[in-house]
Amino acid sequence: MQYPQLSLLLEAGGILACNRHLTASHRVPAVANYFLTGEIMQKEKTHATAIELKGITKTFGSVVANNQIDLSVRKGEILALLGENGSGKTTLMNMLSGIYRPDSGSVLLNGEAVTINSPEDAIEFGIGMIHQHFKLVDVLSATDNIMLGVKGGSRWLKKTRSDKIQEISRHFGLDISPEKKIYQMSVGEKQTVEILKVMYRNANILILDEPTAVLTPQETKKLFDILRRMKAEGCAIIIITHKLNEVMEISDRVTILRKGESIATVETAETNAHELTELMVGRPVELSIDRPENGFEETLLEVHHLTVANEEGFEAIQDIKFELKRGEILGVAGIAGSGQKELCEAMAGLLPVSKGAILYNKENIIGKSPEEIIKMGISMSFIPEDRLGMGLAASMGMVDNMMLKTYKKNKGPFVSRKEARELSKRLIKQLGIVTPGVDTPVRRLSGGNVQKVLLGREIESNPNVLITAYAVRGLDINSSYTIYDSLNEQKQKGVGILFIGEDLDVMLELCDRIMVLCHGKVTGIVEAKTSTKEEIGLLMTGGSGKEGSADA
Amino acid sequence: MRESSSKRHYNEPLARIVKKDAMSNQRMAAYSVFALILAIAAGGVFIFSLGYNPFKVYATIVSGAFRSSISTQGTIKIAIPLLIASLGITHAFKMQFWNIGAEGQIIMGGIFATYFALFHSDWPHWLLMLVMCAAGMLGGGLWALIPAFFKTKYGTNETLFTLMLNYIALYMIKYLAEGPWLDPKASGFPKIASFEKNARLDEVFGVHAGWIIGLVLVGVVYFYLKYSKQGYEIAIVGESENTARYAGMNVKKIIMRTMFLSGAICGIAGMTQVSGAAYTLSEGVAGGVGFTAIIVAWLAKLNPFVILLVTIGFSVLEKGSSVMQSSFGLPTSVSDILQGIILFFILGCDFFTRYKLIFRKGGQKNDN
Repeated sequence: MQYPQLSLLLEAGGILACNRHLTASHRVPAVANYFLTGEIMQKEKTHATAIELKGITKTFGSVVANNQIDLSVRKGEILALLGENGSGKTTLMNMLSGIYRPDSGSVLLNGEAVTINSPEDAIEFGIGMIHQHFKLVDVLSATDNIMLGVKGGSRWLKKTRSDKIQEISRHFGLDISPEKKIYQMSVGEKQTVEILKVMYRNANILILDEPTAVLTPQETKKLFDILRRMKAEGCAIIIITHKLNEVMEISDRVTILRKGESIATVETAETNAHELTELMVGRPVELSIDRPENGFEETLLEVHHLTVANEEGFEAIQDIKFELKRGEILGVAGIAGSGQKELCEAMAGLLPVSKGAILYNKENIIGKSPEEIIKMGISMSFIPEDRLGMGLAASMGMVDNMMLKTYKKNKGPFVSRKEARELSKRLIKQLGIVTPGVDTPVRRLSGGNVQKVLLGREIESNPNVLITAYAVRGLDINSSYTIYDSLNEQKQKGVGILFIGEDLDVMLELCDRIMVLCHGKVTGIVEAKTSTKEEIGLLMTGGSGKEGSADA
Repeated sequence: MRESSSKRHYNEPLARIVKKDAMSNQRMAAYSVFALILAIAAGGVFIFSLGYNPFKVYATIVSGAFRSSISTQGTIKIAIPLLIASLGITHAFKMQFWNIGAEGQIIMGGIFATYFALFHSDWPHWLLMLVMCAAGMLGGGLWALIPAFFKTKYGTNETLFTLMLNYIALYMIKYLAEGPWLDPKASGFPKIASFEKNARLDEVFGVHAGWIIGLVLVGVVYFYLKYSKQGYEIAIVGESENTARYAGMNVKKIIMRTMFLSGAICGIAGMTQVSGAAYTLSEGVAGGVGFTAIIVAWLAKLNPFVILLVTIGFSVLEKGSSVMQSSFGLPTSVSDILQGIILFFILGCDFFTRYKLIFRKGGQKNDN
């Protein structure tokens, strides 16, 4: 069991939240009661609407993020909110949690119109949101994070402030350490704290914004078990996701948003992944990813005993070894923060290497600057995770961004924007980049278009090694498939591609081999054709089932 | 608990801040002009509250700056160092390197140039002028290089560093005036000797040639920043150092080079001041120009041509307010207040170019 505390804590939380009329002394019997009569209770609680949105509209400047959206969640129901990136899911949920205010429309809570002006109001209404990016203070303990901003009580921090949490822990036999600092926690533990934070505030309407993005398959399964129990307890749950298999697995109903409008709400039992995709994208989409075969054999890049320290001096990559062949897509899987970023930056020459060698045609490229690596005739393209912070200049237009790596080639002291301008225009056509003009600052483009600008530029430079970090993060289905196609095209040209990914389903379809990182070490390299999600999930958490959760 | 909360009266706030679309440049310019008009109006209310006719005072300021050829020349003289220094710090600001040490860089430019004026005044005039100009650039440039070096090497804070160097430069003048460069003819009074005619910058149309240097620099800086490879590098480093490293740029080298350039241009301002305006080196050589230049560069959004316009505006205000002082008996601090009001409005208008306020509709509450 990997995070036993997660499930039990939530169980406790859910019960606390949904049975708030009970006093502390009644809680234990309430749990027993649930275990005995959970089924019956569920049936009793599935009628009333917990929250309803009517005609919600929200605009940012001329961008209509939400247009006349209707949505409702019943008590004891899991509603999946499905939509491509930029379809307005997060905006809508931010209005429910009081971060934004709708321009027009109304919110009905238990049939009564309310105005949610702030996150505080939302909490008071029992609405809790678990954000995609954890909103925790790293240097504080779990207890302090949970207590942060809780109203009432004494003015002073009491020594007993973690007693309530500990009391809950003791009551339910939880293995949580309330004094543990957030920065010492794993991603799963952090999510536990986030959820507990919301439940501590008696939330009974729970919004989860892409909660599984950072979890391993095993952790995801565990989270879903918890959500199902909370649902049985009568909580209303909204889960934002764009993973279709998860929608099918966990939800009762699905509301689909497209371009800021609610397109349809369907019963999960009466639909399938294809129909949902069609609703989401607006037209039929082929969902399979190609994995073309080619005859390349030679090894392009050999990495030996590579050890890299990150900026804090911590060894983020420890003694790893792999090779990359021509015409191959080598996937890199792992929980976020397992050393992916450092591996990429070390290979691109942006981070100093403490030990080891990277051989390109038997020549070591360690210690060379990006410029020198390019001069050696190795064209290595790196598509970093933080596209606007590294890789692009956010407030410059496409033209100026196109010449980022080539501006030196022009003779004389001046830059020539002519070729860059032509290239920009060509890429707009080729990749279907949507932009008001080639000089519009790239930060004003949507995530997918920003990625296309970056990928387009890198592919134009005819690389023989292409490193992509989270190439499709934040992209809609269409854009994602455009990117997969482009990568396959490069693969067929003999380019060796290192694909740092997070969606295992995609990686199993797209990659030839998958290397799994855990805490900066390679725990395994598997053939994608013959491997499974479960196998990779185990490797992600540190090996062959010794400490992983094989039973989950 | 929830039962009570749903009964609680939740009102919409009076006004909400909502993000706007990006504006066109023309629209932005229109906003700035509108803000300027508002600033002048607000300043008028202030003058009126002091018991004066704001129209007359404003008219005096403008006419005071141009009422005779001498006053026009005076206005231009004020503008020259301001223009050059603003162009200098624009380089650093474009790189998001917060150089607030223009004052010190001007002074060091002045000191280096003064050395040749004092000790090599027998050189041919044109050669002496060129050498003094080069020396000024070197002085300002080296002075700016110090914080750049420590920033790239040890990650020191450039804002504090450049600020502190200003005072060191200032006291260096004091030292020179009281010691090594003491004017022997001043009978003990601590001052540096006036430059000989040969070491003075020529006048063109009644004003020292600094204005030509300034105007030429406007064009040169514009082209350098916009069309040169180095200008492109400056912009990229300013945008994101990570992106610059990613593109294979030598970020440290770019920072050092750009800061040298930034200081060198400020150094030119120092050279024109000592050889064109004061004909000597005194503690007042920079006189706060280095700080005003920050405001000018910022208001002009780092565009050299707009810097020229803003500089002229500031110079008119400064020259005109000295006339205002003599004809109305208003203290010069009034012009400082007017400057402050203008700054407040123009910088404040930035908010309205990016956001708009939406007020609660009267009487209506949370329904549509």
